[in-house]
Amino acid sequence: MPKRFEILKKEVLAPGIKRMSIYAPLIARKAKVGQFIILRVDEYGERFPLTLVEWNGNEGSITIIFQEVGVSTKKLGLLKVGDCISDVFGPLGKPSEIKKYGEVAVIGGGVGTALMYPQVKALKEAGNRVVSILGARTAELLLLEDELAELSDELYISTDDGSKGYRGFTSDVLKKLLDEGRRFNYVFAVGPLPMMRAVAEVTRPYGIKTVVSLNPIMIDGTGMCGGCRVTVNGAVRFACVDGPEFDAHKVDFHELMNRLRTYVEEEQKVLCALEEKIKGR
Amino acid sequence: MNKTINPPQPMPKLKPEERIRCFKEVALGYSEEQAKAEAERCLQCKVPRCVEGCPVNIDIPTFIRFIKEGRYREAIKKIKEKNSLPAICGRVCPQENQCMGRCILGIRNVPVNIGALERFAADWERAEGLTNPEKAPPTGKKVAVVGSGPAGLTAAAELAKLGHEVTIFEALHKPGGVLTYGIPEFRLPKEIVMDEVKYVESLGVKIERNIIIGKTITIKELFNMGFDAVFLGTGAGLPRFLNIPGENLCGIYSANEFLIRVNLMKAYRFPEYDTPIKVGRRVAVIGGGNVAMDAARSALRLGGEVTVIYRRTEKEMPARREEIENAKEEGIRFLFLASPIRFIGDEKGWVKEVECIRMELVEPDETGRRRPKPIENSEFKVAADTVIVAIGQRPNPIAVYNEDIKLSKHGTIIVDPETYETSMKGVFAAGDIVTGNATVISAMGAAKIAARSIHKFLMGEYQQINNSRS
Repeated sequence: MPKRFEILKKEVLAPGIKRMSIYAPLIARKAKVGQFIILRVDEYGERFPLTLVEWNGNEGSITIIFQEVGVSTKKLGLLKVGDCISDVFGPLGKPSEIKKYGEVAVIGGGVGTALMYPQVKALKEAGNRVVSILGARTAELLLLEDELAELSDELYISTDDGSKGYRGFTSDVLKKLLDEGRRFNYVFAVGPLPMMRAVAEVTRPYGIKTVVSLNPIMIDGTGMCGGCRVTVNGAVRFACVDGPEFDAHKVDFHELMNRLRTYVEEEQKVLCALEEKIKGR
Repeated sequence: MNKTINPPQPMPKLKPEERIRCFKEVALGYSEEQAKAEAERCLQCKVPRCVEGCPVNIDIPTFIRFIKEGRYREAIKKIKEKNSLPAICGRVCPQENQCMGRCILGIRNVPVNIGALERFAADWERAEGLTNPEKAPPTGKKVAVVGSGPAGLTAAAELAKLGHEVTIFEALHKPGGVLTYGIPEFRLPKEIVMDEVKYVESLGVKIERNIIIGKTITIKELFNMGFDAVFLGTGAGLPRFLNIPGENLCGIYSANEFLIRVNLMKAYRFPEYDTPIKVGRRVAVIGGGNVAMDAARSALRLGGEVTVIYRRTEKEMPARREEIENAKEEGIRFLFLASPIRFIGDEKGWVKEVECIRMELVEPDETGRRRPKPIENSEFKVAADTVIVAIGQRPNPIAVYNEDIKLSKHGTIIVDPETYETSMKGVFAAGDIVTGNATVISAMGAAKIAARSIHKFLMGEYQQINNSRS
């Protein structure tokens, strides 16, 4: 039997983007679409959240997909199959509101294209007609394209550099569809904050219910620290317990972007130190 | 009675200039000679008022007599009959309001430093090696304890000593609750917390980390898993905010976040540890309790010039006198009779000023303290690039979410005042989750009573008094 929090599978999906399955039977048994976990890679590590992409209660496994952007995700990416993660905690946050909306659009940007997957799957199972819009900086960073194509009723791709699909942003593709007269009953977006904000601005004039999955700085994930607080509809909410999904038209994205930049210098410092250490090996 | 009484033994402390740049423990503890000299001061009252003042009723005169006679093993055994975490309580209990506050010597003289003596006995045992505690034979009953803070550890230790099989479920990656994430190293070294946790484990208690009851496992599932009773000691873990404009600017922390970063995540040792913390040149701490003092003194050690802003005066501060004195010695400034009304940020969204309003004290409120009232047109600004909001904590409801457990309008769990049973059969609760935020020792005292009711419940000696609450 695998050990607690043992890495069962690991694969590189794109440069700097990895998929991992972890043995965490208690979480696998309970997980629902939209929920996340908190990880701590080792004794010196930070606690940081990652959205659950897949889970299998029978095998006791959970799957995450992450981009190596900071010291914690870099450390996680260095672990091999058979290694154990120090701490894996969850499932946390409120599950997504999955129901039959009718015609829905699911939009993912960057590593968010991977996080679309459970949404598309659940919305499809609930009887919706799903239009997926995937976007990345460049073609090789598009994730789970085949899986999403298989699940979705329609699939659109955009890249910033035009190396695949539409040249531009996912929000442009959505706008184009709306301009052509297409209508959606529900829009879900996950990805970088500027992308989610752009999607919110595109759907706002149409009054389409639009939900985004936020990923602010978080420590405990249980409502204790308040580091993940966001302003939604003028009120302070904690993404860890009240979210992570919120009405996109009511989120104060500007404030959240500022808050995400709080530790930019420090993050750079520890990341450089880790890279030096790797080189020195 | 004309017996001469020794002068009180002062607690040796690190000098302020030594301690302000490190997280080493400030109070150093008595030497053997000092402990004996202080123990000599005890009058060994026939009707000891100190014991009445102790929330767990330690036989104080007897353990002090043992110290006086150099019988330290017996002293710590006597303490541990009633208190499983003496090295912690000797350090963080507000003795001045409890045992020491009742000491007869305190009327004309200085009371016996009971806390320092408790700490001496506990530290002596830690150095000499723990004695194996006595345990009742196994009962075959299983108890789940939710939370490993003061209430959870106490209930677990009590129940294990009574022969029950106890598992503690802790949400964080380290046990200890507020002792680990909240109280800083310089007031309560984490090594001591971990030693006390090890003692509880030595009683046969299992601690499961990274499991949050209410999410990973529900209370109902605990019963399905074969637990016969559940104890909730989930504490008051949620931060309170001021709810004034600008509170989400960068550089504004809840005291919880600040202390979790420093204590649990060891941000004071960044970059050795990965979790960062930002302490600017000027730090404003809002609040006047022990948590505010802990945050202020931590921020000072991380290089900030710290001002505590409190809406009443020094006299009304809920923090322990000793901690206020320590803070002053270290160079922390206090701004009394002022309350923030908004935070002002720079163009990048970082806090740069706190706008405050002057307060005056008027007639007492329900807490008996004089109520602060804003003085019109008295607004002024305080420069700050880091702000820590330390105005109290609320109970964390995650464990009882979707369960049949009644809560008060303040979000605390309603329990029977005698048995500590909740409105759900077999589920008991004590500590801050019941009272709202209070002290370590009051949580421990209540947890002990709850543990005794759980024991009765498990052994079938329990009369449910549920009718009044259903």
